[in-house]
Parts: sequence; structure tokens; C-alpha cells
Amino acid sequence: MTALAPPETIEAPTSERRRSSLAGRLSPWNDGGRRPPKAPGQRSLLVRALVLLIAFTWTLPTAGLLISSLRPAGAIATSGWWTVLIHPFEMSQWTLANYSSVLADRGMFDAFINSVVITIPATVIPISLAAFAAYAFAWIEFPGRKLLFAIVIGLLVVPLQMTLVPLLQLYVEWNLTGTYLGTWLAHTGFGLPMAIFLLYNYIADLPKEILESAYVDGASHFSAFTKLVLPLAAPVLAAFAIFQFLWVWNDFLVAYIFLGTGSEVAVLTAQLQQLVGTRGEDWHLLTAGAFVSMVVPLVVFLAMQRYFVRGLLTGGVKG
Amino acid sequence: MTSTLLERQPASHVLQVARGVVALGVVAGVVAVLWASVGFLVDPGATERLVIRVLELVGASSSAEAIASRGLTPISRRLGTAAVALTVGVVGVWALFIAANRAIDAVLGHRLREKVRPWLFVGPAIALIGLYLVYPTIGTIHESLTDREGAFTLSHYRFAFTDASMLLAFRNNVLWLVLGTLGSVVIGVGFAALVDRLKREALAKTFIFLPLAISFVGASVIWRFIYSWQPAGRPQTGLLNAIVTGLGFEPIPVLSLSPLNTLALIVVMIWLQTGFAMVIFSAAIKSVPSEVIEAARIDGAGELTLFMRIVLPMIRGTILTVGTAIFIAILKVFDIVWVMGRGGNFETEVIATRMFKEMFQFQNFGRASALAVILLVVVIPVMVVNIRNMHRQGVGA
Repeated sequence: MTALAPPETIEAPTSERRRSSLAGRLSPWNDGGRRPPKAPGQRSLLVRALVLLIAFTWTLPTAGLLISSLRPAGAIATSGWWTVLIHPFEMSQWTLANYSSVLADRGMFDAFINSVVITIPATVIPISLAAFAAYAFAWIEFPGRKLLFAIVIGLLVVPLQMTLVPLLQLYVEWNLTGTYLGTWLAHTGFGLPMAIFLLYNYIADLPKEILESAYVDGASHFSAFTKLVLPLAAPVLAAFAIFQFLWVWNDFLVAYIFLGTGSEVAVLTAQLQQLVGTRGEDWHLLTAGAFVSMVVPLVVFLAMQRYFVRGLLTGGVKG
Repeated sequence: MTSTLLERQPASHVLQVARGVVALGVVAGVVAVLWASVGFLVDPGATERLVIRVLELVGASSSAEAIASRGLTPISRRLGTAAVALTVGVVGVWALFIAANRAIDAVLGHRLREKVRPWLFVGPAIALIGLYLVYPTIGTIHESLTDREGAFTLSHYRFAFTDASMLLAFRNNVLWLVLGTLGSVVIGVGFAALVDRLKREALAKTFIFLPLAISFVGASVIWRFIYSWQPAGRPQTGLLNAIVTGLGFEPIPVLSLSPLNTLALIVVMIWLQTGFAMVIFSAAIKSVPSEVIEAARIDGAGELTLFMRIVLPMIRGTILTVGTAIFIAILKVFDIVWVMGRGGNFETEVIATRMFKEMFQFQNFGRASALAVILLVVVIPVMVVNIRNMHRQGVGA
């Protein structure tokens, strides 16, 4: 939890206690929890078999996709993917041709770049705006603060669908359809209430003494925010960043409506959906295309799983 | 670093005015640069011209001419645009905040400064929320009550609650909500309980958890492949029909038989959402105090009784939180039906897909808006329960 350690200059007496309680609340998997672990052997064979079966079933669909995407087109169309498992090391049954074909000829490379260009700003912008707002709601007195905050939280209930008709009309009028900027802002607007809610819960809980001693030392709100609060809030910022990243990368509806499926701007999900529509039975293209769209979130997810779980446990539930 | 932490020393009058002008100039400059970059991004030829300009400036005029005559390769044009877009999007937002904060310090007097600064902090977020959530919500409600001539009408709602195709969509949504939520919650809590204290607990969880990283569209492709169908006698490449024919039955065209197809789509959702439920339940189960468990054990409770009588009642609040969250996600289900049900064909229609069709295919914004309002009305009570419960619980555990 090094990210949580406050700068040495302002070590407040209670910060140690606060820190450990924050760490405890956010500990991933809650491993080493309050209950002493039972000896593993005590779980019955039946339980272990059941767990194995469920885990196997859950993995099978993705495994089938990955294996198929590496088989030649003719083979995919005439035999099931599981047949390769009989002779897994016979190299002639594996190929990368499907990938080069979807990337080059089916626009998945362009779509990949578009997904990157959409997703990174659509993660950074809302998280920055939300952090500023959450700090102000938590630590600055200003008229209307409580009311505004209540409105922001209340807006958590609004489903995306509620906004589509007026926004689309507005976008057409302002020539924002099919632009990166329009899509960043849309994702920002939709993500902000949840981001503010999550970050506020954390930032408002930071030890009062640390911030007050900074103010006494003459820190302005801006420097207190950038030099103290942002580093202290790193865990929750990371958790929200992963959520928003996965959400935007995997989003289809917003991209489909505001960006469209033109080859210049279409993101991976939209391009993949197009592929299903036009080449619905060409499984060599579909499986490879689907895997191209999945690889970044899977890597991010596996690498950052701890932060993701923490975020879930602190209420990062995107409705 | 410390000098910026401290308030600046009072400066002479002239200096102060000069600083104010400079600070405002910086804000204007940042805005101008961002504005120009946004213009740059919508102009397809701009990347090429920029590269040519840069090459000319560094004196490589021959390469500049070469590019001017042949044009950039598509890939480098694309990467160039991407680089500019990323810089604008990521750096731009921070540049604006920093410049505006400087301007507040330089232009305003001591008193006013701290009155204005909170609005710099919350202003951008509030403005975007207003534009993207408040304004459209009011607009949608208004649109749903207005006919094409602009007069008040309830006809869109009448259509929504009486038309046969809409009733089918409602039926499907109810199926989705009941089976999808139940399936995810039951399997999630069951797996969390089974895997608890197992030796390779974290690894086993990862397998269930992994689909959470997969998009609905990606999952739709995965499962379309599993459900794919060939006429009897041809080799079945879809896993499901391979099993079905392997057992000696006729292959089933799962995705074109109603209501079987809706059930098949719900399975996809359960596959995606169970991991989410499982993670939160797992943490909740671990937070049940060990004294309670031990006491029940001493009283002779078996594992199943322990789970049903002690653990389940103790994590009731969590079940509510998770259940409502999944309920809301499922209520708005769109992608899976759109991609797998080919836009809601073969009677797989749900409210969200129908709304999309009303909007884009039929251009009937009134009906589309009415459907959105119906979603909102169903979401509100569920979300209120969810938020309240999260607050009371200290969230998640």
C-alpha cells in the first residue's frame, strides 16, 4: 500500500490508524481475513470436483474461440475445434492467416487504433473532472454544495437510453456525430456521476489532519488537491480507471450511435458487429476478429485484477 | 515545490496587472490550441500537411515534396491522427485546469479568489452532467408526451403498453430479468461458497471472473459460435449441437426457435455477470465472523445447514446490492440481443432493442422516448434501494 503513504512532512498522529483501516477496506479478495483458514484438505472431493467442473465450463467458450481463430478457414467450417486436441502438436492445423486477414482486409487494425484513441481520453477526462469535483464536494465550503452533490448522485438512476434521442439531435446540429471529441465527451458525461460518487466516498474519508495541516502551511486548494489528495487517492483512481477503461473499450451502444460504423472512426465492437452482419458464417474471420477485440481488456484485466476487485468492493457498480 | 504551496508575496500594482494579463492570455492560448486541434482532427488532410510543414521546417524539403506528391501511407496517417487526438484529449483537460487556476490567482483579489475556485473544480463536471444527463432527460420526457405536430399526447405510451410486438418485448424483458438475475446471483453465491477456503481459491475465481473483461459483442460472437447450427447429417461445428447430435438427437437451430433463443441469450448474460456476483459474495462470506461459524459447528451444524441458516441470512444485504445491480444491467440489455438475435429478430426483441429501432429505423422519436422513460421508471426504485443499501452496508461487504 505504498501509494497510500502520505509525504513524511505532514505525518499526522492518527494517520497510521486511518491508513490501516483504508487498506483493510480495500484489500483485494479480503485474503487473510478475520477467519483462520481451514486446512485445504478438509474440503470434500465432491466440492473440489464441482468447482473444477464450473471453472471448466466457464472457460470452455473462450478457449473454443481462441483455438478456432488459429485454425485454417476450411478446417473450421468442416470440423469442430475440439478435434485439434487429439493431435495438438501437429503444426499444419494451426495458422495465423485469420488474424492477418481480419486486421488488414476487414478493418480491424483501423478499428483497434480507433478504440485506443477513444478509450484513453474517455478514461482520463472523466477521472480528472470527477476528482476535481469530488475534492470540492468533500473539502471546500461553497453555496449549493449539498444540493449539487445530491443531484449528481440522483442522476445515477438515469439509464443511458434516456439521453439518446435529444443528444443525437444535438450532435447532428453541432456536427459532433462521428468525431472523437463528441464520443469522449459523451462517455465523460455518462461516467461522471458514478466517478464522482466513488471518488467522493474515498476522498471525503481522507484524514482531516493531513489536509488541515497543509492548509495551515499555506497550501491553496489547488496544490492541496494535486500534491496531496491525488497521490493519496491513487488506489481508488486506479480502480475507477480500470472500470472506465473496460467500460469504454467494450462499449457498443455509445460508439455505434455517436461514432457510427464508418471505417474512419468505427471502434472494435462496432466493426465486429458489422462483421457478424456481413460475414455471419465465416467463423475464421469472426473468431479472430472477436479475439482482436478482446485481447486488450483481457490483458488489462489480468494485470490489474487486484485494483479491479477493490473497485468492485467499494461499490464501483456500473449500471 | 514548496514555493507553490505557499501564498505568493504581494507584488506591486503594475506587476499584478501584467501577471493577470499574461494568465488570461495563457487560458486563451490553451483554448485556442485545443480548438485548433479539434479542427485538425476532423480534417482528413491535416495530418499530411502537418508532417510536410515539420519536414520543411527541419530542412528536409526533398522528403516533404515526396510526401506532398505521394501522400502518406494509410497506416502512418492513422497513427499521426491518433497521436494528436491522444495528446489533445489527455493533456488538454489538465492544461485547461492549470491555466484557469493560475488565472484565478492572478486576476482576482484575495476574497473573490476562494469564492470562484470551487466553481473551477466542480464547474466542468457539472456542465457536462447538465449537458449529457439533465438536459436530455428533460428532453426525452417532453418528447415522449408530444406527437409529430408538437401537441400533447399519450399515444406513445398507449402503443407501448398495448401493441402486440411491445407485449412480446416486455415478456422477454421479464424473462431476462427473472432468469438472468436469479441465475447470476445463485451461481455466484454458490460458487463463492464452494470455493471459499479452497487451496487454489484465487485461481479458480479468476476463471469465473474472466468473462467480465469481455464485451457483450465479443461474448455474442463466442456464443453464436457455440449455438451455431448445420442441417442434420452435416458435421456440427458448434459445441452445443455437436453434443446434441453426439447424444443421438437432431441438431437444434437454437437461435431461431422462440422462446428457446431468448433463454440461450440469457445464458450469455449469466456467463458474463456471475463473476461480478461471485467476487462480492466471496468477500461478504469471508466477513462473516468466525465466532458465529464456530458456535454453529459446535452445535452440530453441517456445512449445508451452516450455509443456508447462518451464512445466507448474514449476507442478505449483499445479495440485495448485487441483485439490484445485475437487475439494472439486465434491464438495459441491448448488445447481446442486437448482435445475436440479429436486431431482435425471431421474437428476441427487448425494450432497449425496440427503442433503438424506433429511433433509427422508424425515426419515431416519440415512441423511442416513451420506451426510455419506461426504463427510467423501472430503474428508479431499484436504484434507490441499491444506493441506500450500499450506504448502509459500507458498500459491498
